[in-house]
Amino acid sequence: MEIPILKQRDYLIASVQSVLTDEDLTNLRDRLVQQVGRFRSQGVILDVTGMDVMDSFAVRTLRDLAHMIRLRGATTVIVGIQPEVAFAMIQLGLRLKDVPTALDLEEGLAYLDRNKGKRTLPNHE
Amino acid sequence: MKDDRDGRKPIANGKLKRGAARLQYGADTDLSTPPVDEAYLEVLRELVAHLRQKRTELREEWARRIMQARLLKAMTEDEILAECSAVYDNYLGTLETGSLEALEAYARDLSERIIPRGVETHEVLGIVLLLRDVLARSLFAKYGQNEGILFRVLDAYEPAANRIANTVAVGFVQERERVIRQQQEAIRELSTPVLPVRERLLILPIIGIIDPQRARQLTEQVLRGIRVNRARVVVMDLTGVPSVDAAVANHLVQTVEASRLVGANVIVTGLSPELAQTLVTIGVDLGKMFTVGDLQGGIEEAEKLLGYKVVPLDPKTDY
Repeated sequence: MEIPILKQRDYLIASVQSVLTDEDLTNLRDRLVQQVGRFRSQGVILDVTGMDVMDSFAVRTLRDLAHMIRLRGATTVIVGIQPEVAFAMIQLGLRLKDVPTALDLEEGLAYLDRNKGKRTLPNHE
Repeated sequence: MKDDRDGRKPIANGKLKRGAARLQYGADTDLSTPPVDEAYLEVLRELVAHLRQKRTELREEWARRIMQARLLKAMTEDEILAECSAVYDNYLGTLETGSLEALEAYARDLSERIIPRGVETHEVLGIVLLLRDVLARSLFAKYGQNEGILFRVLDAYEPAANRIANTVAVGFVQERERVIRQQQEAIRELSTPVLPVRERLLILPIIGIIDPQRARQLTEQVLRGIRVNRARVVVMDLTGVPSVDAAVANHLVQTVEASRLVGANVIVTGLSPELAQTLVTIGVDLGKMFTVGDLQGGIEEAEKLLGYKVVPLDPKTDY
């Protein structure tokens, strides 16, 4: 099942409403990474409200997705992680290193707006 | 005659001796070397005299066969005839003295002239072998009646002719390789330009596949460019790089870190999805890489860092 990717101003929004197979996930990752370049987006919001289960592969794919998008010049925020999923992730030691998260879509947009153009270089700090 | 041949009398003519000796030593390939003695030289002298006498006829025959075989298509008929004369005389000279030096120099010179015109290796080899064939046929026609003499003539002619063909072909290929090396060097120099766009801002567009050698050269050029231009920001644009392997990706990250050590920040732009994936797979530290989507964004970001602000011209101003 192909997850729709919506373009909203400078941002791309992808909302996951059901359980995804590994293939769906990598497919979503590839499309997002590609479209960030095409639309010159500044940020990506990935809404995972619909994901009731997240295994290690899913977490790793999301983390890679965020890092790849970072390398392509945009910021990814993952929003809507379910409480049970969050708890399971911590218990299993699955971390989303360096990836910002927010409660829901609204918070995610607010985070991106706040951090717009706020990247600093080591030599310029 | 036979006794003379086995007797190995000392050779009076010093020049001939030197030349003949060179023919013998020059044989790294397994072209059989005939015994060098008075009889051999006698035969050689005789056949050279014969070929020289028939010069006009054989040369024309050769040129005709070159055109028939559709070799040297890049050259006009007159040019072929002129080159034929020169090659023919050089060929006989080499047969006579056994000294390959003059021929080598001529082959180099000829290659230099004809390579830019698109003459191929097989054509050069083809025409030399044709000449060898034309001359051999002429020798057969003259000495074919007497088997004993024919064998001796061929004994003298074949190795010398082989060596000449060898020399010309090797000369051509060497010249060609020299040209290729020169071009490779030029391409390598051109392929990674470091361009100053503003005071203290460099851009470095990279096009094409990066192999480890090019990656090394790239680092060197970036660091030198930073020093020479006193750059504070470098925009490294990888839009034209289709993919890299882990080793080269690592090298790029190291280039970014090395640039920081000499006082410049690197903004990496235009990473393709594949490149981004490779970098994530090798586990690059994102805190050390400043990346922007495309070159335009990268330059804007760099200008911001350097304190520039681009303002559109006032439409009322007369310019």
